[in-house]
Parts: sequence; structure tokens; C-alpha cells
Amino acid sequence: MPKDTGPEKTTGIGASPKRREDIRFLTGRGRYTDDITLHGALHVHFLRSDVAHGRINGIDTKAAEAMPGVHRIFTGADFEGVGGIPCGWQITDRHGEVMQEPAHPVLAQGKVRHVGDPICAVVADTLAQARDAAEAIVLDIEELPAVIDMKQAVQDGATKVHDDLTSNLCYDWGFVEENRDAVDEAIRNADHVTTLELVNNRLIANPMEPRVAVGDYNPATDESTLYTTSQNPHVIRLLMGAFVLGIPEHKLRVVAPDVGGGFGTKIFHYAEEAFCTFAARQLKMPVKWCSTRSEAFMSDAHGRDHVTKIELAVSKDGEFQALRTETYANMGAYLSTFAPSVPTWLHGTLMAGNYRTPLIYVNVKAVFTNTVPVDAYRGAGRPEATFQLERVIDKAARELGMDPIALRRKNFITEFPYATPVAVEYDTGDYNATMDKLEEIADLSGFEARLAESKKRGKLRGLGVNCYIEACGIAPSNLVGQLGARAGLYESATVRVNATGGIVVMTGSHSHGQGHETSFPQVIADMIGIDESMVEIVHGDTANTPMGMGTYGSRSIAVGGSAMVRAAEKIINKAKKIAAHLMEASEQDIELKDGKFSVAGTDKSVAWGDVTLAAYVPHNYPLEDIEPGLEETSFYDPNNFTYPSGAYACEVELDPDTGRVTIERFAAADDFGNIINPMIVSGQVHGGIAQGVGQALMEACVYDENGQLLTGSYMDYAMPRADDLPFFSVDHSCQTPCTHNPLGVKGCGEAGAIGSPPAVVNAVCDALQRAGHNITHIDMPLTPSRVWTAMQQSGGQ
Amino acid sequence: MQLNDHRDIAADRATVWAALFDPAILCRCVPGCQEMTGSAEEGFEAVVTQKVGPVKATFRGQVSLSDIEAPESCTISGEGKGGAAGFAKGGAKVRLSEIDGGAGTRLEYEVEAKVGGKLAQLGSRLIDGFAKKMADQFFANFQDVVEGGQDGAGEGTGENAGGEKDEPAAAGS
Repeated sequence: MPKDTGPEKTTGIGASPKRREDIRFLTGRGRYTDDITLHGALHVHFLRSDVAHGRINGIDTKAAEAMPGVHRIFTGADFEGVGGIPCGWQITDRHGEVMQEPAHPVLAQGKVRHVGDPICAVVADTLAQARDAAEAIVLDIEELPAVIDMKQAVQDGATKVHDDLTSNLCYDWGFVEENRDAVDEAIRNADHVTTLELVNNRLIANPMEPRVAVGDYNPATDESTLYTTSQNPHVIRLLMGAFVLGIPEHKLRVVAPDVGGGFGTKIFHYAEEAFCTFAARQLKMPVKWCSTRSEAFMSDAHGRDHVTKIELAVSKDGEFQALRTETYANMGAYLSTFAPSVPTWLHGTLMAGNYRTPLIYVNVKAVFTNTVPVDAYRGAGRPEATFQLERVIDKAARELGMDPIALRRKNFITEFPYATPVAVEYDTGDYNATMDKLEEIADLSGFEARLAESKKRGKLRGLGVNCYIEACGIAPSNLVGQLGARAGLYESATVRVNATGGIVVMTGSHSHGQGHETSFPQVIADMIGIDESMVEIVHGDTANTPMGMGTYGSRSIAVGGSAMVRAAEKIINKAKKIAAHLMEASEQDIELKDGKFSVAGTDKSVAWGDVTLAAYVPHNYPLEDIEPGLEETSFYDPNNFTYPSGAYACEVELDPDTGRVTIERFAAADDFGNIINPMIVSGQVHGGIAQGVGQALMEACVYDENGQLLTGSYMDYAMPRADDLPFFSVDHSCQTPCTHNPLGVKGCGEAGAIGSPPAVVNAVCDALQRAGHNITHIDMPLTPSRVWTAMQQSGGQ
Repeated sequence: MQLNDHRDIAADRATVWAALFDPAILCRCVPGCQEMTGSAEEGFEAVVTQKVGPVKATFRGQVSLSDIEAPESCTISGEGKGGAAGFAKGGAKVRLSEIDGGAGTRLEYEVEAKVGGKLAQLGSRLIDGFAKKMADQFFANFQDVVEGGQDGAGEGTGENAGGEKDEPAAAGS
């Protein structure tokens, strides 16, 4: 079994201590939102639309209100004058116009626009009573034709999802618009153009824990509290407080306790959160909602759903000359929090990939349809960019008769920093190094032997290789502000040192599976030279953490970790002053090592605990120079994204009789810069690959032509399971540290999901082509039925 | 989904035609029908209990007859709302022609069905088979009732309830 590589270290940065949070997760001691039961809490059941598009002609709640236990039934009318769910990113289109932005009421007003759109909320003593009462509500909804297909949605005369918008086109974005003519020209005059049309399949995130919201209100203090399954409680507090309910931040606390997986879909501010907070204020009682799995399928923001045409112009000898893409991106029925940014700034800016393509033009048409809103899902825009680029390169290699790896190597960016034609500057990377490492760990030289062995058993075998680059550590604020973000993207940390030396770090990052409670203390322990057990991480509560932007975009260690380092540096500087005073030495001569302050060149020293105690019991203390106490806060706003990169290889076996694909080997060579905890990094890569393989082979969200969600349960939506996956061979020893953050880290949370889908599809196409099938592409998911059908249609053998 | 089929009924066309417009007969023929009231002109109100896959629900809805070309053809349409289970809509175009020199009647039907809400979410893959079974059963019951007078179909919710035994509904997943 291939093993992860990593330096052998037992403590601090680079060590792999077991995850301390797993003790509570694995023994049932986690405290999730649904575990929060407030005295007297009422339960809410949302009555949701079962048609994709309809006009609400009447809602009769009279009989339902008389049902046992019902406190109140809310409808859209109760939210007149209350703000709608805001969108956090505004895109300016290729003509300089801002995107079309529809209203998004908490409960439907006038029309319903997707199956699952909430119409009424029944609040009752028990959930069963709320559900029973919802059955008694009489809805008069006139079903209207629904628009589901994106290309049909933007045709003239198409049914409009929003009557007050001019069309279903949210925006028509061009990037970089000034390059358009030059790109067109280069493609016209190219030696060779490889064209590929593909679909990036719509996905449903399916975190293990469904969404939950508990609203609480104290009329005596006028304070509201929302407990919610969020990746970013401060963002929810800001959006909900300022834009929806008009509650100032000092009267609104948002708590996201243990959260059982997010994958992007728990970034966004949802109507149910606003509802529970609002209803608790109205009823002056706690109000709780816990999503059923069925509701999750039709109310959690979905992911991906791009339809793309990509063209790559290549010279005779294999140099990339120009790249042009046209993408239709589904927004669903409303704009979710970060939806507009995903197909644009998180996608267009990545189209250079790892390659020196001098001319790039990306066109994205974002489209409203009568489907659940679509937003960021692990990788968010970058998997879509990587998939199309790495697929078209593979196709080009075959058309040119070149080895796919050699074609990639020929075009690799090798000098850094490198400014791409799509507005980002890669600070570091070594793409040949990760490809070399991949060839080694994937044992590519042994492929032919394994191919022969598969053949002997009557199976086809294929090898798919690809690279990826991502921009993560999402920030910097001034840049994202120019790009349309309506928020800053810094991160924060408060480091509180207690009198006896123990440390609490209050971070604005949020951990929902990433293991921050283990990895963040490793950094502090390393800086001070104390044991990790002396450091505790607090996160997820706006009442006791500094304003933070939360966890997504592989940003926690790169941005949140950097804020923590900056705060710890302030602590160390102050502690050195205290130590200098205690030892009657000059501050410049103080050294901190192994938890001990010493005076350089002498044997004088004081322990960490002596200094921390002095800070809180300042009897012998330079009170005229520094304040007592040892607590510092930093806000860190980096000056660039980070650019992790890597090379992935997938080997598949394909049963020619059934079209069934099995993943036989999977190798990932990643460059994440410096690594804090190699075990956690490997785990992140493993999970990412599993999700990428899921997208490539089995997951697909399907609507019928009327907008009914056909994949609304695990009977029809296939998630990858352990036995669908091989043991992964994961390596992150290629390290080109990030140049602009203090830890030299790049982030690793999304890489696996970005790098793996093209590897799988490249491998399947390779297997089929080796068997003589003229198949250049099959759209994901590569189910047995799709593969078998393609084989029958292609002839071949 | 759509499906076509036919049945040969041992009754003359006028008898078959009249039966199509008799709520008492329809109630006994619609699988799972608890109650049917109304008239051909005004439309019928029906209460039907059915189970599709894991979803069991009582649908309240309207059944209407349109495109009436006595005694040859008409369209029977139904739309039922099943509360939390969602909705079901269906219709059958029925055509009657004389066979066996007028002693018998050939009943041809084209059925269309559409579901929404939880039924679509949880039961979509079962709907085609379910709708075919429902249609076959309806017309089989209808044939029995028309040919055999009274005893063809069982109680509304018994053997003509689609063959599903009552089980705890799983609609609350």
C-alpha cells in the first residue's frame, strides 16, 4: 500500500499529532447545532413549493392556525418591509453594466421559483404539530412553465424566472475583454485548434450534517442569538443583521458550534437562518429548524453546473498560443451569497493553469433557471477551469500525436513570479518537480505491465494525467473589492495568554472538519517552544472571536493562520520586554527558545510561565513602559492569493461488457508550500479526491423538464463510498513556499476536488482509445450506462 | 411518461360509455379510490390513497371529463394534491369502437402521468411502472365492473389499491 510521505517530526510545525477534536467526534461528545435545545423552543416546518415555477394566487392558513400546538404561521406577507437575502458579490459585465440582481425574499412573495422554495413557515410546539398543520394549509398556486435548460432560458421569448428582470441572463462577462479580438485572431490563424464541448455536472454537496438553525431572543436585553451550521458566523451576522433583519451587530450573536462538514454549501446565508432569528423575535421564544435530508437536496445551494465550449490554439510543435472559452453557468432561481463570483473571478482567472498561454479570453453567461440556487462547492470555479483546460490539453495531445505529459511539460510556466494574461500573478511553483514526483509515486513506468495484465483479464485499462493550479487563501481585500466583492477577505486572531502560561487562540477561521484545533496549536507551540497541549483554539462564536471572514477557499491556514502568527509575534515581543525587565537585561538581547527566555551570551533565563505570571501579577513589572496582561489581536490581509499546484494520475480499469469503470490507482503530487500537519493535509487531499471521483463517476443532480428534482434522495443521487476508491498515493514533499505569508503556506482543502475529475476522465478516454474506440470525450458522471452507450456508438472493437 | 394499451370488453358501446360517466363505477375502478362525488358535467371530486415507493399519501383532487365525443371518445383527467407527498396529475384519452358486430367494445387508452414534490424526489424512478400499473388496474377493474355487473372490483381500498399492503408511510424522511 502506498504510504504518505512527510518529515518525521513529533511536535510543532511538520509533525502529525492525532486530531484532538476526533476524541469528541468519535465518542459522540461533539456539540452540533441540533444538540442545542433551548428551554421552550418551538419548532418550525417550512411548507415548500412542489412546482418549479408558479404564481401564488392565495394562501389559506385559517384551518392550519387552529391546529393543536400552532403558535403562528408565517408567509411572505410577514416579510414585507424586511430585507431579502442579499448577494455578496456584484459582477460587472462585458459592456460595463452591473449584473441583474433579483429580490430574494425569506418566504416566497407572489411567485415560487424552484421546487423547495419556502412558501409558509409553521411554528408549533412540536415538529409533528408543525408538519400536521402545514398539511392543512390550502395553497392556490397556478403552475407556470418552468425554464430548466440554460441555453433555452436565454432565448428570446423564454419564460422569465423573474418578471421584473429584462431576461434570464444575470450577466455576460468577458475576461479579459480587451484580449477578445487578439484571441479571436490567434485562433483564426493557428496551426491547430482543438475544440471541446463539455458539461461540468451539477452537484449537491451533501455534508453529513444537514443544515440547522436555532433562533433565540431575549426581550429583556433585546439581544438575538442564532445558532447555525455555518462556515463563517461573522459573515452571517453581518449579512443577516445589516441586510435582512436590521439588527445591529452588538445585539446579534451568531454561533456555529461543531459543524459536520460544509464543502462550501454552509458558507451562504440562508432564508431559514433569517427566519428562525426573525420568528424568535416575533414570538419571543426560541425557534428551531433542522433540515431533513429531503429538504437539504432542494434547499442547500448546489454546485458546478457549467456548460462550456473551449478552444485551444496550438502551434505545430505543441506550443499553446491562445485559449478561448464560452461558458453558461447556472445561477438557479436566486443569487446565493457568492454565486456570481464562482464562474467569474474564481474561474476565469485560473484559465492559464500551469501553462504559458499568452492569449486568453473567457466568456461566461450566468443564467437564471427554475432550480435551486447554485454557489460555491469545494473548489468553486477552479475545478470547472481545471477540468476544461486539462481535458482540452489531453485532446490536443492526441490530435497532435504528442505524449500528454510531454505536451504539458513543454508549456509549463517555469519562471516565477509569473503574471498570467488573466490578471493574477503566481508567486511560486515548480510544475516540473511535481510532475517528476508524480511519475515516481504513480509508477508510470510500470503502466504498460499493468495494462497487459488487465488485458489478460479481458479488461480495458487507461491512464489519465493532469495538472492543476488554484488560487486560494482567498483575499486580498482591496483586490476582491475591485472585483465586486461586497466584503473584505482578511482574517483575524486574538491570542490570549493566561497567567500560568496556557494560551487560547480565538480565530475568525472556522473548523468544520479541517482540524484547526490540532494544527493551529502546532504553529503557536513551534513559535514559543511550548507543548501543543498548552494551546486551545476557540472559534465559531461571534461573541468571543474577533471579526473574521470564516473558512472557505482553502484560506484558513494561509490567512487565518497568518493572523494568528502576527498576533503571536506581538505576544512574543511584549513577553520579551517583560523578560528583559525580570532579568535586568536589554530587550535586544532576549532570545526565546524551548519556552525559555534567555539573555544572549549568559546563562540567565526565565521560563515562559514566569513571564506570563508577571504579566498578570505585575508586582515587579515595567508598568511605566507596558501594560499588564498578555493578549494581542491581529487582522491579516495578504497581498496576493496563494497558488497551490500539483500533478495527478489516475489509472482506471473498464469492463468492456458493462461500461463499468473502477479506479485502480490514484496518485497526487501536490505543492502546498510549507506544511503544518502532513497527516491532516493528506486527509484533506484524500477527501478532495473522493469528492472529485464522485463527480467524475457517479454524482449528478438531475431535474426533469418541468423542474422536478429527480435526484432528491440517496436512491437516485449516488455518493462515492469507501469501496469505490483505491488507496491513494499522496505526496506533498514538493514545496515552494508562498512568498507573501509568514508561514509560507498555500492551502490544501480544495486541491483534491480540483485535480481529480480530469484525471479520471482522461483515464477513461485513454482506456477507450487504446481499445480502438474513437471517443474523445464523455460527459461526467461516467456511469456504466454512459460509457457503454459511447462504446456502442463509437464502433471500435 | 406515456403509455398506450387497449382492452376488449364484452358489453356494447353504449353500456361502456355510460359506465365511464358513472361516479359510483369510477370510484370502484380507480385504484385506492375512497370516495368519488359529482357528475360528468360538473366534474368529480375524488379522494384516493396510494403509495409510490416509500411515499404513501391521500390525494384529494378533481377528475374531469373533456373532449367528449359521445359515444366514441373522451379525455379523463385527474389532478390530486397529496399534501407533503406532493402532487400527481394524469390523464387518459379513451376511444371506444365496436367489435364483434356491436356485441363488444374495444377500449383504447393513452395515458399520461406527471408527479411533483416528494413523489418526484423520492419516487421518480418508480413512477413509470407505477403509472402503468395504475392504468392497467383501472381498466381491468373497469372491464370487470362493466362485464360482471357488481362484483368485479373489490372495496375501494382493498385489492384495487394498487396491490400495496398498508405499511407505515415513510413520507417523513
